Amino acid sequence: MRKLPAILLAAALAAAAAEARAQELLSRPEIAGHAIPTTEFPEPRATGREYLDVAVLAGALALATHLALARRSRRGLLALAIFSLVWFGFFRDGCVCSIGAIQNLALALGDPTYVPSFAVLAFFLLPLGVTLFFGRTFCAAVCPLGAVQELVLVRPVKVPGWLEHTLGLLPYVYLGAAVAFAATGTAFLICEYDPFVGFFRLGGSVNMIVLGACFLVIGAFVGRPYCRYLCPLGVLFGWLSKVSKWQVRIPPEACIKCRMCEDACPYGAIQEPTVDQSLAERLRGRRRLAGLLVLLPVLVAAGFWLGQRLDVPLASLHPDVRLAEQIRLEETGKATGTTDASEAFRKSGRAAAELYAEAIVLRGRFATAGRWLGAWLGLVIGGKLIHLSLRRRRVEFQPDPANCVACARCFQYCPEHRARTAGREDLSIIPSAE
Amino acid sequence: MSQETDKTDRRGFVSDGVRVLGAIALGTTGGFLAGRKGRRDRYVWQIDPDLCMACGNCATHCVLDVSAVKAVQCYPLCAMCDVCTGYFDLAHVHRDTAAENQLCPTGAILRTHIAEQAGVPRFEYHVDEPNCIGCGKCVEGCAMMNGSLYLQVRHDRCVNCNECAIAVACPTQAFRRVPAAGPYLLKKKAREAVEREGRAG
Repeated sequence: MRKLPAILLAAALAAAAAEARAQELLSRPEIAGHAIPTTEFPEPRATGREYLDVAVLAGALALATHLALARRSRRGLLALAIFSLVWFGFFRDGCVCSIGAIQNLALALGDPTYVPSFAVLAFFLLPLGVTLFFGRTFCAAVCPLGAVQELVLVRPVKVPGWLEHTLGLLPYVYLGAAVAFAATGTAFLICEYDPFVGFFRLGGSVNMIVLGACFLVIGAFVGRPYCRYLCPLGVLFGWLSKVSKWQVRIPPEACIKCRMCEDACPYGAIQEPTVDQSLAERLRGRRRLAGLLVLLPVLVAAGFWLGQRLDVPLASLHPDVRLAEQIRLEETGKATGTTDASEAFRKSGRAAAELYAEAIVLRGRFATAGRWLGAWLGLVIGGKLIHLSLRRRRVEFQPDPANCVACARCFQYCPEHRARTAGREDLSIIPSAE
Repeated sequence: MSQETDKTDRRGFVSDGVRVLGAIALGTTGGFLAGRKGRRDRYVWQIDPDLCMACGNCATHCVLDVSAVKAVQCYPLCAMCDVCTGYFDLAHVHRDTAAENQLCPTGAILRTHIAEQAGVPRFEYHVDEPNCIGCGKCVEGCAMMNGSLYLQVRHDRCVNCNECAIAVACPTQAFRRVPAAGPYLLKKKAREAVEREGRAG
């Protein structure tokens, strides 16, 4: 009987709680002569600065191209690199950058309702367009990521060929993964793992700062580690630069094969003149090439097949799929406890079936993305092997346009160039196809 | 020697062709995306307050020194309580404005006495935006009652990063890109309250 008051109290509380739930909200009291204040909602920043940035980008690209190809001036390019680092890096906080813009385009391809802004399109297309005609002058002095690495390089060491070619595959993998994840709306990998944006903003997560510091320390000895072994935009630049109309040419006229430029290039981009092969060697090379050409479709098909089996692990990186998996575990009583995401989902009052349906659609999209990613990786590995066994005849030392970032170091070391500049002769643009 | 010239010409022709194709591809991509039907609008980041758990990541993960996320008061939803769970620490000693009684670590919520109705004092709670750090403590407290306080990205401060650093750290996917024409979001119940208020007024 002594428990009765407690039971009554509990019942009364339960009734009050039920009533509160029925009402849900306490209503706002009416107070005569007191108006409800309004909340200010400031508009997003005007687009004026975007246009200014695009104009600066266009100007910097034109100037970099002029300095690299016409003036052949290392000093001018360095000055422009410092300007780009300050403007595009520190002043603009490094966002949006041309490398990151790949993801906006991929997202736009995957999601028809998303429209990338004018600045994003310009930052993506302008450097690619310039590269198509003049080579990688964007990399030389406009890209803030390239500029910071250009400036920290103090003691370049040569990277052995096998390592160079193996690490050189990473950008292709990174590009494929970044496009796949952006197109499926999972994440912007390039932004999340940008090593230098923390440095540009003088702050950021610990991982970002540590990664950036590692790249800068390595970058003091290995020239441009991010550009060469990670930059996904560098892949596109490499392709376009191969066919560019005007390219960096080291000796103004005849190459005297002194190898000075080869020693000067910290990026391993200088290709030596080829030596003629014996007939037996040529035949062996031709057989190897034929074998690799047969291997290429096999690699692509294998990648395609393996890639589509990756749909479940890839899809579980998407937050919505992860949430659906967690809700499913909770519904079936297999989960221990809840997560923030699952609690927020339950609070939102959406039906679990709706979420499952979304997750299944997403998994389908990841199966497609996985297939393409696998085929892409097969194509890249096969293409690399074929490229390594192709032989082009070269008679002088010239930079490989795909790897040359037009830093202009080699010019200063070229005796022919020095002789010409000492005579103050005009060095006009030298077309690649003579 | 003539064979050599032929070869060079062929190579030159191929690169010219590829270059023209590349230019066409870049042009079409640009034209296609620039002329895409739909909202010709920029996108900005915003928090869906219905999904926000006020976990506190907004205060620490923004790339700005002081987060672009701030607490916002939805006045039509606020019940003007005397014992405000968004203002007072649950362990408060006195119901006054002393710092030790407040939930807000920076004293950014201002409590103003408005009137007394039937012996019940009524207060209005304002967010003093320059002092707010977006930690969401008041939002978490207010959620026990009406939930009129909520977190929003303030667009006069937001630098609109391509991938919002807070969105990456958000445990509930409350951050999303919204068209710049409608850059703020309301809770479902806040929308209802605002509509009610509109009808009454």
